[in-house]
Amino acid sequence: MKSLPDRVVARLQADMQRPDLSGTRYNLLRYVACGGMGSVWLAEDTVLKRRVALKVLDLAGPADDLDVRLLREARILASLEHPGIVPVHDAGTLADGRAFCCMKYVEGQTLAQHIATLNLPDRLGLLERIAEPLDFAHARGFIHRDLKPDNVMIGAFGEVLVMDWGLAKVGVTSLEAGETEIATAAQPTQNSLRVTGQGSVLGTRGYMSPEQARGDIEVDHRTDIFSLGAILTFMLTGSAPGELPAASGSVPRPLRAICEKAMAADPNARYQSAREMTADITHYLNGEPVSAYPEGLLERSGRVFARHRTAVVLVAVYLIMRVLFILFARR
Amino acid sequence: MTRHSLLAAAQSNDPATRSWAIEAIAAAYWRPVYKYVRMKWNIAPEDAADFTQEFFTRLLEKEFLDSYDSGKGRLRTFLRTCADRLFMNQTRNSKRLKRGVGSAHLCLDFMEAEKEVATELLSGSPEDSFDKEWVRSIFVLGLARLQASCESGGKLIQFELFERYDLEDADPKPSYAQLATEFGLATTDVTNYLAFARREFRRCVLDQLREMTTSEEEFRREAQALFGVKVT
Repeated sequence: MKSLPDRVVARLQADMQRPDLSGTRYNLLRYVACGGMGSVWLAEDTVLKRRVALKVLDLAGPADDLDVRLLREARILASLEHPGIVPVHDAGTLADGRAFCCMKYVEGQTLAQHIATLNLPDRLGLLERIAEPLDFAHARGFIHRDLKPDNVMIGAFGEVLVMDWGLAKVGVTSLEAGETEIATAAQPTQNSLRVTGQGSVLGTRGYMSPEQARGDIEVDHRTDIFSLGAILTFMLTGSAPGELPAASGSVPRPLRAICEKAMAADPNARYQSAREMTADITHYLNGEPVSAYPEGLLERSGRVFARHRTAVVLVAVYLIMRVLFILFARR
Repeated sequence: MTRHSLLAAAQSNDPATRSWAIEAIAAAYWRPVYKYVRMKWNIAPEDAADFTQEFFTRLLEKEFLDSYDSGKGRLRTFLRTCADRLFMNQTRNSKRLKRGVGSAHLCLDFMEAEKEVATELLSGSPEDSFDKEWVRSIFVLGLARLQASCESGGKLIQFELFERYDLEDADPKPSYAQLATEFGLATTDVTNYLAFARREFRRCVLDQLREMTTSEEEFRREAQALFGVKVT
C-alpha cells in the first residue's frame, strides 16, 4: 500500500485522539490538555448551550479498569456537591467505545500560575479555601490522594476548585450519622479496588505522603493533610517539598512549623483534619500562637508587640510621660 | 489473532510460522529501519537497503528476537537498538554483506522510501525519524485493514469517502456538500459515512498496534505515542 504524506499522518494522529461525539449532545470545540489516561476537551453542550469540559479516555475497553475509574470519579464528584469541588454533569461511553465524563469547564489559572502575584496573607487565605472542600470530602469519607498545585484551579471570579478526583477513594474515616449512604453510593467496585487498593503506588512525587508512596492500603484522609502541607510549602517557597527550596529561609518560623507538622512522616503526628490545619493558619494570620510552634518568651513578646503595636506604643508613651511628669513634679 | 501471537509466532520453532510473523513485523518496521540507517550513518541507499534486508533476515533466524524481554522495554525501542547493534558489529568485523547475499529478500519498495529520505535528511534526528516512520507504517497497515474490512462488509463507499476527504493532501479540502454531489449522496450521509470510517480506522489501527505489542502496558504507551500524546 502507498505511503502517507507527513501532513496526512499528522492529521490522522490528531483524529485518532479526538473523541467521536456522534450521537451525543456535545460538539467538540478544542483540545485542552492530556494526562496519563486520557485527554480533556472543550465542548459545547448543544442542549443547554453551555461550554463543558469532556474528559475522555485514550482507549476503549476495560484495560487497567480505567473506564471503571473514570466512572467512579464521576460518581464521587456527583456525590460531593460543594462550591470548591468541580461539578460533574454527565458520564458514559462514546460511539468509539471510550469512556467519558462531562464536567464544568473552569476558565482560570492553576494554583502555580495564580499565586505568583499574591502576597503572603492572600496565599494563606487561598490555602484555607483549598482546605474547605477537602474537609468537606473527608467528612463524607472520601480521600483525594492526588492533591497538588496542578489539581487546584482558580476560576475567573476567584473561585477555588479542587480538580481531578481520579485517584480518590472511600477512606476509613468514620462517617457522621446520615452520611453513610452517600459514601456507599460511590463505593468502588471490586475491580476499581484492585486498581487503587492493592498496594499500587498512585499519586505525585513530592506531594504524596510516605504511606501512600509505600503503597499502603490503609491510607486515610491524613494522606491529604500531608499533600496540603506540601501545597503550603509550595505556596511559601515556590518549590515542591524535596526540591531545592527557593526561599525557605524567608518563611516565618510558625509557618514552617505548620508545614512540618502537616507533612510529618507519622500520620498521628500530623494535623488530624484539614480544619485543624487551617485553624493554625488563621491563628497565624491573626497574630496568635499556632499549635505547631511552641514559641519562646522573646518570640511571644515580639508577636504580641507586632499584633498590638499601636496599643503597646500608646501605653509606652503614656508610661514615659507619666515618669517624666513625676520627675519634673519632684523638682 | 491474540496480542502475544505475533511475537510468539516470530519466536516459534516452525520456520513457516516464523517467516509469516517476521514478514508482518517487517511490514511495520522496514521503512523505519531503512530511513534510520540512512540518516544515522549516512550510508548509501543500496547499502541501507541491503542492511534492512539483512536485519530482517537476522530476525527470521531468531538472532535478535530470542533476547527480547517485553518486561524490559518496547519492541519498537528494542528493534532500533538491534539495528544499532547490527550496524556496529558489521562495521567492526568489516563483514558487510554484499547485496543479496544470504538475505531474506522481502519485497520492499526502497525506491519510494528513498524519495522520502531525500526530503527528510535535514529535519529531525534519526531516532525521531524512526518513530515517525513507525507511526506512518502503523497507519498504512491500519488503512489496509480498513479497506479489507470495508470491502468485505459492503462499505466501500465509506472507504472511498475517507480516502477522498481524510487521506488526500489537498488544500483546501472539498466540502461535505461537494463530496455529496460527487458521490451522489445526501450531505448527512457524507457526515455519517465519514464518522463511521474514522471510527473503523481508529479500531483497525489499534488492532494492528495490539498485535505488535506484547503487553497491555506497552500497548497503552504505544497508543499514546501513536496519538502524539505528550503525557504531562
